Amino acid sequence: MSTTATTAGADNQVAAVGGGADAAATGGSTAPGRTQMQIVVVGHVDHGKSTVVGRLLADTNSLPQGKLEAVRRECERTGKPFEYAFLLDALSDEQDQGITIDTARCFFKTASRDYIIIDAPGHIEFLKNMISGAARAEAAALIIDAKEGVRENSRRHGYILSMLGIRQVVVCVNKMDLVGHDEGHFNRIETEYRAFLQGIGAVSPKQFIPVSAISGDNLSIRSAKMDWYQGPTLLETLDGFAKAPGKSEASFRMPVQAVYKFTNAGDDRRIIAGRIEAGRVKVGDKVIFSPSNKSTTVKSIEGFNIAPRTEIDAGWSTGFTLSEEIYVTRGELMSHAGRAPQVSTRLRANVIWLGRRPFVQGRDYKLKLHTVATSVRIHKLLKVIDASEIDGQLGKDHVGRHDVADVVLETRNPVAFDLIGDSEATGRFVIVDGYDVAGGGIITAAESDEQDDLRAEARRRDFNWVKGAVSAAERAEQQGHRAALVMFVGKSGTGKHRYARALEKALFDQQRSVYMLDGSNVLLGVDQDLVWVDANQAELVRRFGEVAHLLLDAGLLVVSTTNAIGLGDFGAVQALIPHAPSLVIEVDPGGASTQSCDLRIRGTESEADVIAQIVDLLTKRQILAAAAPQNAR
Amino acid sequence: MNYLDQLEQQSVYILREAFRHFERLCMLWSIGKDSTVLLWLARKAFFGHVPFPLVHIDTSYKLPEMIAYRDRLAMEYRLTMVVGQDEEAIRAGRTFPATQHLPDGHPDKLSRVDCCGILKRDTLKATLQGTRPRKRLNLDTGKYEPDADLLPYHGVIVGARADEEGSRSKERYFSPRDKNNAWDVGDQPPEFWNQFKTDFAPGTHVRIHPLLDWTEVNIWEYIKRENIPTVSLYYDQGTGTRYRSLGCGPCQAPIQSTARNVDEILVELRSGKLKDVAERSGRLQDGKHGLEELRREGYM
Ligand SMILES: Nc1nc2c(ncn2[C@@H]2O[C@H](COP(=O)(O)OP(=O)(O)O)[C@@H](O)[C@H]2O)c(=O)[nH]1
Repeated sequence: MSTTATTAGADNQVAAVGGGADAAATGGSTAPGRTQMQIVVVGHVDHGKSTVVGRLLADTNSLPQGKLEAVRRECERTGKPFEYAFLLDALSDEQDQGITIDTARCFFKTASRDYIIIDAPGHIEFLKNMISGAARAEAAALIIDAKEGVRENSRRHGYILSMLGIRQVVVCVNKMDLVGHDEGHFNRIETEYRAFLQGIGAVSPKQFIPVSAISGDNLSIRSAKMDWYQGPTLLETLDGFAKAPGKSEASFRMPVQAVYKFTNAGDDRRIIAGRIEAGRVKVGDKVIFSPSNKSTTVKSIEGFNIAPRTEIDAGWSTGFTLSEEIYVTRGELMSHAGRAPQVSTRLRANVIWLGRRPFVQGRDYKLKLHTVATSVRIHKLLKVIDASEIDGQLGKDHVGRHDVADVVLETRNPVAFDLIGDSEATGRFVIVDGYDVAGGGIITAAESDEQDDLRAEARRRDFNWVKGAVSAAERAEQQGHRAALVMFVGKSGTGKHRYARALEKALFDQQRSVYMLDGSNVLLGVDQDLVWVDANQAELVRRFGEVAHLLLDAGLLVVSTTNAIGLGDFGAVQALIPHAPSLVIEVDPGGASTQSCDLRIRGTESEADVIAQIVDLLTKRQILAAAAPQNAR
Repeated sequence: MNYLDQLEQQSVYILREAFRHFERLCMLWSIGKDSTVLLWLARKAFFGHVPFPLVHIDTSYKLPEMIAYRDRLAMEYRLTMVVGQDEEAIRAGRTFPATQHLPDGHPDKLSRVDCCGILKRDTLKATLQGTRPRKRLNLDTGKYEPDADLLPYHGVIVGARADEEGSRSKERYFSPRDKNNAWDVGDQPPEFWNQFKTDFAPGTHVRIHPLLDWTEVNIWEYIKRENIPTVSLYYDQGTGTRYRSLGCGPCQAPIQSTARNVDEILVELRSGKLKDVAERSGRLQDGKHGLEELRREGYM
């Protein structure tokens, strides 16, 4: 035990009531009025993580009765020098024998709160585990060996903590006994490490502490050997960390996780379910869904075995019924109208890559962002960095394993999100390569894409739209189908028009409310003022999209072709009708097109055959016939 | 929002993700306190409904109170209740209790662990894969009937907790297993920001662990708070003994305890006589190897 201990940290220990396994046995059950904090201890291998943890457990009296003595005796018997790190091994042996408690997560208590230490391995091989563990932490202690100095994983872990959003980081410069408890040495490490983090754009730690984990100096007890250090001990620093402020005061965000309609036992509630990631919402609030721009008000807050409530806030996995039955799906982001999230197909992000195969340009990956899953590619690779090096910029054209990168990503469909600084849970994502999560990232900026202006126009329009007396759901119910756009695309002379007309007729004969919107007719009327001037293609497209929007708002199935507007502009039309599903049917005689579409035909198929396939698609997408009940998943 | 709320809300989120991503999803229900809490959390997640089957592996040696309780709740909650059993082995007497009379060293004599391997592990595997007929409770008649559904389950929700097994950093909420139920501890996909492993190769299936962050104490605290019905075997009924964890009659010894209700159990766990005693210490087959996997699967 340390002989240099003063009593400065003593009051940290008094709360370790009962000693023994108490802290462990009741782990996770925090007495009323006490708070709990999950922390992670990281750092380069052998810099002293286990020693720090063992010491904290011992000094706060959080070990099972007699454990410390038993390990000391065992060391004496075998002639091994005692190590605090052995305490963790001893605990985990017990675990294996099923005797006690939870060693994967050690518990200790101070006067102010209960701590759970999440196990996060330091070895680079285990970076996946380190990230999985650290992502759950609210605060972190990063250990740097004073003698060895800043090493690869000191840097990498520092960067990762910042990226994971862990803002409360304390750095322990450990093994100060090996450098003569020298202040200058400590200061040099602090300066070097802060400069590194700053250079890489990571958040700077809150506190640097010179410690000697072996003797416990400046962990729970103030060191007499380093009186030049006036700052707090490790325990004081941890106790000084604030619980993450509740997210309830931020802008309301709830990613739609599912829409449930469980009809058994006469339940007719249609519930929009999800977890509120930020903010709060009340019954009666007007809410919007992005990217579809649909809006309505909250009718009720649902739950099982809970007291009825009229308001709910961040953290709750809840569900709402809405005053109007709007059709929304998983992946949309629910918010208040005045404080809507960003919507785009392009986002700038910092990505860390963990996959065995590199992250490369030109390949499709899956992006999982809150409850969205969509296809994504690298649009621009701005910078690839080795986060373990001081000047780690790599001139690479791909992102290798354990590299980090500054990229612009492009999603196939527009997604709703926030910047990481505005809302954490909706500002970060993972990337799936094949079957596995292979990377993670935080969104640093929204990049504009070609459709930005039109999307903004649509949002302005939709958020202020004056609704008629008949809702979209009521129309759908009466007609037996929802509104949708079926667009035939492809080169001219491939038969788009012929198929479109046949589809209109066939749907009409099936009693559907259908209308063939021919672009030429829009030119003849709505665009009259433009055709004689030097026609502005973008404005023609915009007008076409707005006309389509009106027809869709009327609840129609709209059939059209790109003859008049040109193929490249369909994305623009889609940006103007975010609330209606659209099917793209490509007529491609050559069969070589790589355009993304919902159905590709050659142009030689019979009309009846093509119509049958389209009707099938419309039914699968629950546009036809399935007016109200949705897939419960 | 208190700590128990946080645990509950995370579990609910996980259950909804599981339901979203697996067409062929089931939940294992051992009738014990953990999986019963899990069942309750499912009703939380799905607003009173349980939209997937509950699978119970019946060794035929379960304490009768457990089976009665199972069927009572199944009827009351209108559960899709599926039961798997190795009727063949039971009929042929290939079990630990049925071979006890044989002399030691007899080739047919089975240990407790052998018996678990047959009646629990193998039966569980066959039931999940659909290679052995299942029975399903008919909610109109209250009787079990052959289950017409023989498709395998790809997502299996289990009540494993981190405090009863290995390192939490190695376990995941969504944990992929290959065809042989094998779990590659060394090379698990990362899991962070609540983005789970929901893409998987054909042939693999995924174990889902909504209770990973809960401790035994949390489970009882929650049972108390929510007033969840539990089997009477957990409580002392005047004999001075009770069960701390539930299994098969011949292999499950009650513990000495006079705790008669949830409050008294909590006192015992927090500060009383049980705080240094392992939860499964009443299980006679523990301490042996070969059952780790079964345990991890939440099935003991
Ligand atoms: N001299 C000295 N050695 C230390 C100190 N802290 C840890 N060590 C030693 O450094 C080695 C690695 O420590 P350990 O805690 O296992 O490192 P980890 O790999 O980061 O968990 C062990 O031999 C410890 O005894 C210290 O404050 N002073």
